[in-house]
Amino acid sequence: MSAPIDKNWELTGEDLARFEAVVAQYPTKRSALMPSLWIIQDRDGYVCDAAVNWLAAQLEISEAKVREVMSFYFMYRDTPQAEYVLQVCHNISCHVMGARPVITHLEKRLGVRLGETTPDGKFAIEGVECLGACGMGPCLQVGKHLYEHLTNDKIDAILESMRRGEPLRADTDRELEA
Amino acid sequence: MSHEQYKILSRRFGRADAHNLAAYEADGGYAALRKSFEMGREAVTEEVKNAGLRGRGGAGFPTGVKWGFVPKDAETVYFMVNADESEPGTFKDRYLIDYDPHLVLEGSIISSYAVRAELCVIYIRGEFGWLIDRMQAAVDEAYAKGYLGKDILGSGYALEVIVHKGAGAYICGEETGLINSVTGRKGQPSIKPPFPAVQGFLDKPTIVNNVESVAAVPHIVTNGAAVYREHGTEKSAGTKLFSVSGPVRNPGVHEIPLGLPFREFFHEWLGGMADGEELKAVIVGGSSVPILTADEAMNINLDYESCAEAGTMLGSGGMIIVPGRCDMVELIQVLMHFYWDESCGQCTPCREGTGWLHRLVRKLRRGEGTLADLDLIEKVCSGMAGLTICPLSDAAVMPMRSFLQKFRPEFEALVQVQDDTGSPSRWAREIRS
Repeated sequence: MSAPIDKNWELTGEDLARFEAVVAQYPTKRSALMPSLWIIQDRDGYVCDAAVNWLAAQLEISEAKVREVMSFYFMYRDTPQAEYVLQVCHNISCHVMGARPVITHLEKRLGVRLGETTPDGKFAIEGVECLGACGMGPCLQVGKHLYEHLTNDKIDAILESMRRGEPLRADTDRELEA
Repeated sequence: MSHEQYKILSRRFGRADAHNLAAYEADGGYAALRKSFEMGREAVTEEVKNAGLRGRGGAGFPTGVKWGFVPKDAETVYFMVNADESEPGTFKDRYLIDYDPHLVLEGSIISSYAVRAELCVIYIRGEFGWLIDRMQAAVDEAYAKGYLGKDILGSGYALEVIVHKGAGAYICGEETGLINSVTGRKGQPSIKPPFPAVQGFLDKPTIVNNVESVAAVPHIVTNGAAVYREHGTEKSAGTKLFSVSGPVRNPGVHEIPLGLPFREFFHEWLGGMADGEELKAVIVGGSSVPILTADEAMNINLDYESCAEAGTMLGSGGMIIVPGRCDMVELIQVLMHFYWDESCGQCTPCREGTGWLHRLVRKLRRGEGTLADLDLIEKVCSGMAGLTICPLSDAAVMPMRSFLQKFRPEFEALVQVQDDTGSPSRWAREIRS
């Protein structure tokens, strides 16, 4: 089923320092669980079985308690992800502004459906619930980058830029630069 | 027409340097914090009570009164800022954190001081990646300047702030769900009582306030309750941010005096519908509140009481403008999918009920529904409302019931009509294809 667990998995260097700072900052070890999972996922792209074991030991909780949190929250991942995970909002406000045709276009361009990854592992598309950008819909998020007011042409430009490995400047990148 | 005089929370929106500490201080920032220490915590709480500030996350509970629930003899108190903004249609807090993180932070420090908290957790939804960086940068600046940490501004008051990143769960916007999430658990709500103000995070008294509520506190402290009350109505005091989506000329975040007639807001602030669109319905305060028809909306004022009288809620101010071209059954299907997806699974009426509603609406849209299914929707709703730990179940029922009641002909048009051959009606088959 799965590969043998790497008993030597650990956080090191800056990541370990961040982890130790988080554990010191939160009032109990268990309360440091969510930020710790983020540190691991930020480094590895997902949280592997070995990381779950390591974290459970560090925070002195059972592996089940780590896994129940990971599975409850949509954003934690336990498998490697596509290079670009395109999260398209399909909730009400974006829907009113035309999310459905935009999603159809995206599916057609990538040749995969919502929830699937392209065979080369480059793109995945996910339908997500409300990204809190309702006045700017339809919208799509890739990591910390939010693309607003989507049209078919804009989708094409975004995909093309990502294929080149130089993602188009997102509408929220103003905030990232400042 | 200018609406500048109403810009209290939003007056710094849109400025490129608004988020920097130096710019915030140049605009008089952190003076309210100094004044709070001079006034003392009781006087601050009293001022917020007198201002009539009500929780801006949706419930509308008086903020100062909530603070007053913390037991006076409590040794450890926690304060949490709810920036889990996930109610569909709501995107106001995102602007506050984006343009004015120091306003949010100053309000958080004053509020923490008022309730004697030693730790303040600012819980931001995980999808707001760049805003989490923005808030953390503000917190770092504030520590460096002595607005946080031990002995803040020589007052003897000490406060630590943690910016906590959520990970994608609508239910964490409910205050007990949020507290459980920070504890390192699934974000499932807890039964109240005990209320968090008495027994919350790690079983200690905990106050959870919405971002917009805490952002109003510095203004109240600086100018006093009377000035705050210059806008709004007797029971719905002050200004409120409305985040407006849908095909109007000016969507986005607008700050308005509570009590403003919707008709005026719609025409003079939103500029009416975009070209070629007509108004069909309005969801006033986020996707969970009962929908209003265009006629109903045109006759309400935007305050807590008027909305309640009209059978809806002001909620979070996440206003969704529904145009004439929208298929209401399709819209409610989108919403029912959302609540089904986000139900935390703890209470049976919600876990099963949201799934039933989602599947029944889907069945109608596939042209496979019958008139009995419309009755069944009502029956399922009756088995969900008011029967669960938290309001998510009701949040699904309120739009479902109101959509069905007010736009019933659209639902009935999808119902299968048995013809002589027993096959579905032509209408239903067209929809399905």
